[in-house]
Amino acid sequence: MTRIYSFHGGIHPPDNKRQSLGAPIKQAPLPSRLILPLQQHIGKSATPIVEVGDRVLKGQKIADATGFISAALHAPSSGTVTYIGLQPAPHASGLESPCIVIEADGLDEWISKKAIADFRSIQKKALLDHIRESGVAGLGGAGFPTDIKLNLGKDHIINTLIINAAECEPYITADDALMRERPDEILKGVEIIAHLLEPSKILIGIEDNKPNAIKALRDYIREYQLPIEVVVVPTLYPSGGEKQLIQLLTSIEVPSGSIPADVGIVCQNVGTAAAIYRAVELGEPMISRIVTLTGFALGHRQNYDVLMGTPFSVLLEAAEVDRDKMFRLVMGGPMMGISIEDDRIPVIKTTNCIIAATQEEMPPAPPAQPCIRCGMCEQVCPASLLPQQLYWFAKGREFDKARHHNLFDCIECGACAYVCPSNIPLVQHYRFAKSEIRNEEAEQQKSIQARERFEARQARLAREVAEKEQRRKERAEAAAKEQARKKLEQDQTTHATPNAEAELKKLKTAASVARTKLKKAREALKNAEDKDLDGIEKLQATVAQLEEKAGEAERAWQDASGAKQ
Amino acid sequence: MTIILTAILILLSLALVFGVILGFAAVRFKVEGDPIVDQIDQLLPQTQCGQCGYPGCKPYAEAISNGDAINKCPPGGQSTIEALATLLDREVVPLDAEHGEEKPKTVAYIREDECIGCTKCIQACPVDAILGAAKQMHTVIVSECTGCDLCVEPCPVDCIDMIPVPVTPNNWKWPAPVSDPNLILTDRGRGHLLQEGSK
Repeated sequence: MTRIYSFHGGIHPPDNKRQSLGAPIKQAPLPSRLILPLQQHIGKSATPIVEVGDRVLKGQKIADATGFISAALHAPSSGTVTYIGLQPAPHASGLESPCIVIEADGLDEWISKKAIADFRSIQKKALLDHIRESGVAGLGGAGFPTDIKLNLGKDHIINTLIINAAECEPYITADDALMRERPDEILKGVEIIAHLLEPSKILIGIEDNKPNAIKALRDYIREYQLPIEVVVVPTLYPSGGEKQLIQLLTSIEVPSGSIPADVGIVCQNVGTAAAIYRAVELGEPMISRIVTLTGFALGHRQNYDVLMGTPFSVLLEAAEVDRDKMFRLVMGGPMMGISIEDDRIPVIKTTNCIIAATQEEMPPAPPAQPCIRCGMCEQVCPASLLPQQLYWFAKGREFDKARHHNLFDCIECGACAYVCPSNIPLVQHYRFAKSEIRNEEAEQQKSIQARERFEARQARLAREVAEKEQRRKERAEAAAKEQARKKLEQDQTTHATPNAEAELKKLKTAASVARTKLKKAREALKNAEDKDLDGIEKLQATVAQLEEKAGEAERAWQDASGAKQ
Repeated sequence: MTIILTAILILLSLALVFGVILGFAAVRFKVEGDPIVDQIDQLLPQTQCGQCGYPGCKPYAEAISNGDAINKCPPGGQSTIEALATLLDREVVPLDAEHGEEKPKTVAYIREDECIGCTKCIQACPVDAILGAAKQMHTVIVSECTGCDLCVEPCPVDCIDMIPVPVTPNNWKWPAPVSDPNLILTDRGRGHLLQEGSK
């Protein structure tokens, strides 16, 4: 018998689980329209691989996992893709996000299933790829892609595998119902996980308010050769938190900022184990999950086996909702869930519960009062934080201080707000502070990127200027060289012998030109004398001048030719 | 006499030894550049928009370290001023309106049908976030755009818009919870009754 330890704090809210456990799991109706958000998990959103108008079969992959942490998406039923784009999706912001919409044809026609008959006989890598391709993400609430958690590589040695069956949040009974009705699926899934991680022991942590589930699991465990133990822990919210359950079962506290694998532990939810079994041995990708429909505004409060992408409104109708009585619609549990305005949003991989509550059940929150520093929040905090300090820091926007007080270790379980006598919405303050810090970090990251690009650009511009200068210099040098070469050539021609002849020719031409000019001038003079025109003196002077010039030219030519001969 | 001489000698030798150590440390642990400028530069938003009057964030960081005012950066806004005030131990001052006002984050968007491919915006972009070539349509790489506005002015056909960054589930922020400060303890529960009464 494993010893049970304890974690700090915790509360005992009324569990309200009995309402939804009266009837077995029921198959939810096939809706006419399935809305599949591309982001149903933590990590990068999936990339669609189908187009509008494509006919898809049940289980056919419609979106690929992008990047390391991501999960693929599959068609939950056969039909036609009618729209890919923004649709209302389950998110606290209430904003629309990218979805694939499938108009179901009602045939529910399966694609040929790719099951692995004997998972022990194939390589672990192939098995992990199969799980990744099947789009398995954690069904506990966070939706972390399962293949990452099962593929830890050589740097993590896992000695304890913890199967989280605590389901500590009030109202939710999806895991409880699964354990009661399909314990074999869970244990077969555990076998596969154990094959991949090779832990030395396997602990199934379950709260003592689920006696039927405990019995069902214990009955089946005898059939397995694995070192599995069902550990019953006392009911205390939030014992189902990953780090809290680890502390309960092993007394190991996962350090701040670390993951359980760093201390040799991997935690998987029971639903995820069953999904792994279905993906591997039945070849069914993650296209459905169990959702608890509860709250006093519903006629049938029970668990439903729901296809991913089924709109909330379809489920509410199936459970015979009384809309006049419904005061508030909550996705998730009453502690950590979020209020929903729009019931057209679909069920996704992380939707474990839908509460259609009446006003008596969940009255509006009373107005917040000033903090009286009673310290009750500190006493119930399961993460051993100082909620009051964090509250002041968040309110005063001193986010750095909040971070130094380990704000990011807050699991947002809501225990502090539950006990607060002043009704301060503490968790909202923490969420606000967290998202402000995340935003600041993202901006910081962006500014670093911008600086790098700016500096790279500056360097490039400087290099271009330098290159231009270099080219200009080279051109100038080349031009100078060319000029020098030409000059040299010219010098050589003037000094060479053939030049003398050219000179002689020039002189000869000059002499003949002078002669012609003289001749023309004489003619003009003669003409003037004949007709007795004005300016005869001027012409006579010109003729005399030209006579002199022609004589000079003649002499120069004679001299030159004489010298040559 | 000897005592005085010994004292002087000892002090001299000590001075020599420490001088050598200090000299060695000055060479061995020399700090490259001015660390305070880098620290200031890290706090600035790196939009390189020049609204501060300097040709980029680094020059403004240098100017701040030389005593310039810390309130000249509109993209950084009040939070940057506060961070700078903490770093430099100066007083927090409101943003200098002369250099512009704090605006919501935007990205440039080129109306591609109207783009004539003049490359003027490409030359203006300080972070090389615009893609295109001469006589070809240009487009903005949204993830790299800092929203600095510098491409808007040079565009000869005014086909660049600065559009606010859309809110998606990925960058959505939880709002701060609002509480009514006028409430006193005896009002407790009244909100509940009021809501019931109005229903």
